[in-house]
Amino acid sequence: MGERKVGRREFLKLVGAGAAISIVPTVGAKLAPLARSIFSRGPHPGDTGGGNHRWLMVIDLARCDGCGACTKACSAMHMAPPGQEWIKVYNLEHEGLAASHYFPRPCMQCDNPPCVNVCPVGASYKRSDGIVLIDQEICIGCRMCLAACPYSARYFNWTEPPHTEQELSQSYSVETNLPHRKGVAEKCLFCPALTSQGMLPACVSACPTGAIFFGDENENAVTNGVGQTLQLSELLHEGAAHRHMEELGTEPRVWYLPPRTQPTSMPNEPSEILISGAEGVRVKI
Amino acid sequence: MTSIFRDSSKSVMGSLNAQEKVLLRPVMEWGRGFYLTVGGLAAIAAVGVFAYFTQLRDGLAVTGMRDTVSWGLYIINFVFFIGISHVGALLSSILRLTGAQWRHPITRMAEAITFAALLMGALMPIVDLGRPERVLNLITNGRLQSPILWDILSITTYLTGSVIFLLLPLIPDMALLRDKFANAPAWRRWIYKIFSFGWRGTPEQHARLERSMNTMAILILPIAVMVHTVVSWIFAMTLRPGWNSTIFGPYFVAGALASGAASVVLAMAVFRKMYHLDKFITLDHFKKMAVLVLTLDILYLYLNISEYVTLAYKMQGPEKAELGELFTGRFAGMFWTTQIVGLIVPACLLVLPSIKAVTGLSRIRPLRPLPLAVGGAILFAISLATPFAQSFLGTDLSLLIAVLRVGVLMLAGLAVLSLLPWLQARPVTSFVIASALIVVQAWFKRFLIVVPVMENPFITEGNAALSLYRPTWVEWAITAGAMAGFLLIYFLLSRLVPIVSVWETAHAKSAETVAGPAHSPLPVPTSSPEV
Repeated sequence: MGERKVGRREFLKLVGAGAAISIVPTVGAKLAPLARSIFSRGPHPGDTGGGNHRWLMVIDLARCDGCGACTKACSAMHMAPPGQEWIKVYNLEHEGLAASHYFPRPCMQCDNPPCVNVCPVGASYKRSDGIVLIDQEICIGCRMCLAACPYSARYFNWTEPPHTEQELSQSYSVETNLPHRKGVAEKCLFCPALTSQGMLPACVSACPTGAIFFGDENENAVTNGVGQTLQLSELLHEGAAHRHMEELGTEPRVWYLPPRTQPTSMPNEPSEILISGAEGVRVKI
Repeated sequence: MTSIFRDSSKSVMGSLNAQEKVLLRPVMEWGRGFYLTVGGLAAIAAVGVFAYFTQLRDGLAVTGMRDTVSWGLYIINFVFFIGISHVGALLSSILRLTGAQWRHPITRMAEAITFAALLMGALMPIVDLGRPERVLNLITNGRLQSPILWDILSITTYLTGSVIFLLLPLIPDMALLRDKFANAPAWRRWIYKIFSFGWRGTPEQHARLERSMNTMAILILPIAVMVHTVVSWIFAMTLRPGWNSTIFGPYFVAGALASGAASVVLAMAVFRKMYHLDKFITLDHFKKMAVLVLTLDILYLYLNISEYVTLAYKMQGPEKAELGELFTGRFAGMFWTTQIVGLIVPACLLVLPSIKAVTGLSRIRPLRPLPLAVGGAILFAISLATPFAQSFLGTDLSLLIAVLRVGVLMLAGLAVLSLLPWLQARPVTSFVIASALIVVQAWFKRFLIVVPVMENPFITEGNAALSLYRPTWVEWAITAGAMAGFLLIYFLLSRLVPIVSVWETAHAKSAETVAGPAHSPLPVPTSSPEV
C-alpha cells in the first residue's frame, strides 16, 4: 500500500485525459460533417438535379433590335409578377460619341455568384448544371442578394402577387418558383422546367432575330430560336465574345457578341417582324 | 398608489445619506412626470407597432422600397442604433482601463445607451425582413459565408457582453436598493433581490467584482470594434459602386464612436437637469467629454475626406453617378449639411469655450442685439417694398434683390457671430448643441451611405423616377416608434436603477478624500460656474 505512487486524484486525471484523447477522433468524425454542413452552401449542397449539363447563353447584340419579345415570352411563361422583367432589354448609352445599343439582361447565372455568397440561409444556391436557383420556401426576404447583384437581375415580391387559377394549381418547385409568393426574391432561372424536357428557354424560342443562343458547355453547342445550332467555342472565339463587367470577377455564364459586327451569318434577314413595340428601357452606364 | 407610496418612501429616504438621497430619488419616486413620459413614449412606439402590422398585412410594398432601392430607413436605423450603441464600450472600457477617475458618474449612462440602442438596432433588420416568420431559418439554415450571419453572431455577442457589463457594476447598487427600498412594489423587490446576487459588500466580493469588471472591459473592446466593422461589411462586401470600399470598417467605427459619445453628452445634460445631478455631473465632466467628442468628430471628418476625396479626384468609373448626386445633385443639400453643419460646426462649438478671442466680439457694436434687429427690420421692409417698387417703376430690380439676399446672408452671419460670446459663456449649452448636431448628422449620414448608392447601381434605369426612394408614412412611423422605444427603454432603466452609480461615486469620493485633492488625478472642481 505504501508503494502507491499514483494517488486517486492523479489516477482519475489520467483516466480522464485518456478518455478525452480517445474521443477526439470520434468527436472529430462527428464534427467534420457538421462543419461541412455549416460551411456548405445551405440546404442544397451539391445539388445535381440538373444532370450532366453546364448551361450557358450567348447573346448576339448585333442581332438584337430591342423588340422585347423575349421579355414578353418570359413574363408569360413564368407568370412573372407585375413590374418584374426577368430578362430585361436595356438601351445601353455609352459616354461620348459611341452609339447606344440594345442589351438584353437575363440572370447571368454567375459561376462566382455574389447573390449566393451573401445569402444568409442558403436559399440562393448554385446547381451543378450551372444555374443559380432560389428556394423560396427558405428565403427570409432580407434582400441582401438584391444589394449584392451587380446586374440588377434580382427582383422582390414586395406584396402578394396577383394570382391566376393556373398559377395556383402548380405545386411549388425550385425549378419554377410557382406559385409566386409575398416577401421572397425572384429572378430568371434559365427555365429548368423546359430545358429538362429538351426545350429551349422561353426567351430563346421567342427571339425573332435569333439573337439569343442557349446550350450546354459540355456539348460545346448552342441553339437559337430560329433553328441555328452553332459550335460554342468557335462562336465565342470568332465573335470576340465578352461577358458583361468581366472585371468584377463574377464569371457570368452569359456571353455577349459585340453589337456592331456580324460574326454569324444570318440565315434569312428578319425583314418583317410581327412583334413590335416594347421599346427597350433607355439606360446609361 | 400615490399618497401611501410617497409617505412610506419618505420614511425610507430618511435612512439614506445625502448623496444616496439625490441619486435614488428618481428610482424611489415615480411621480406624475414619470407616467406622462412613459405614456407619451409608449404612444409613439404604439404608432410604430401599428405601422408594422400594416406592413405585415400588406407586405413591404407599403414602404418606399422597390427593386432598385431595396434597403431604406430600416437599415439606416439599424446602422444608426448600432453606432450609438458603441459608446458603452468606449467610455466604460477605455476610461476604466486607462484609470480615468472622472468616468464614474457617466459610465452607467453610457452602458445603458448601449443596451437600449442594441435592442432597437437588432430589431430593425427583423422589421426589414420580407418573411419575418422565417427568422429562425437564420439559425437552422445559417451560412457562415454571409455577412448577415457575421452580424448576427457579433451583435448577439455584443448584446450579451453589454448586459453583463451593465449588470456587474449594478450589483452593489441593486443590493443597496434591496436593503433600503423595502417598500418597493413586489416585482421590483424581486428584481433587486435577484440582480444583487447575494451581495454583502465583503472585501472578497469587491475584489472579485473588480476583477470581473476589468476582464469584461478588455473583452468588450474587440467585440465592439468587430460589431460595427461587420455592420459596415454588409455594404462593403458587395460590389456596389460607393460601398465597395476598403475603408468602410474603420469609417463606420469612427462614425459610431462620434455619434455615441455625442449622445452621452446629451444624456448627461438631460439627466443632470431632470434628476438634479449638478453635484455629480459637473462642468469638468462636460469639458472632458467635449474633448472626446471633438477628437472623434475630427477623426470621422478625416475619414470622410479620405473616402470622398480619393473618389472625387478621379471622378470616374461606376462611382461617378453616385458622387455627382452627392456633390451637386439630388443629395447635395443633405450631403454638405452633414459635412459642414453636422461635423465642422460642432467641432467649432466644442472648442469655442476654450478660445479667448471670442469675448472681444461682444464689444463690436453691430454684433449687439439692437443693431442686428434694426438691420433685419430694414432689410425686411425693403424686401416687402421691392415687388411694389418693381411694378410701380416698371424697371428690373433683380440687382437690388441680389443685394438684398447678400444682405440677409451677412446679417445671418453677424447673428451667428453675435451668438458666439453668449455660447462661450455657456459651455454646456455649446457642447449640447454640438452633440445634438453630431447625432442628427449621424442618422442623415447613414441615409447618404445607403440611399444614393442603391439609387445608382451599375446598370441604371434611364427613367430615373422609377428608382428614386421616397420613404412612406409606415417607414417614418416605425422609425419614430423605434426612437421612442429606445428612449423608453433608456428612461425606464434610469427609473429602475440609479443612472449614476452610487457605490462607485462614493468610492471615488472617499478615495479622493484619503489621497487629498492635490494627488487625485483629475480633481472635481469645487464650484461649477454658470452653465
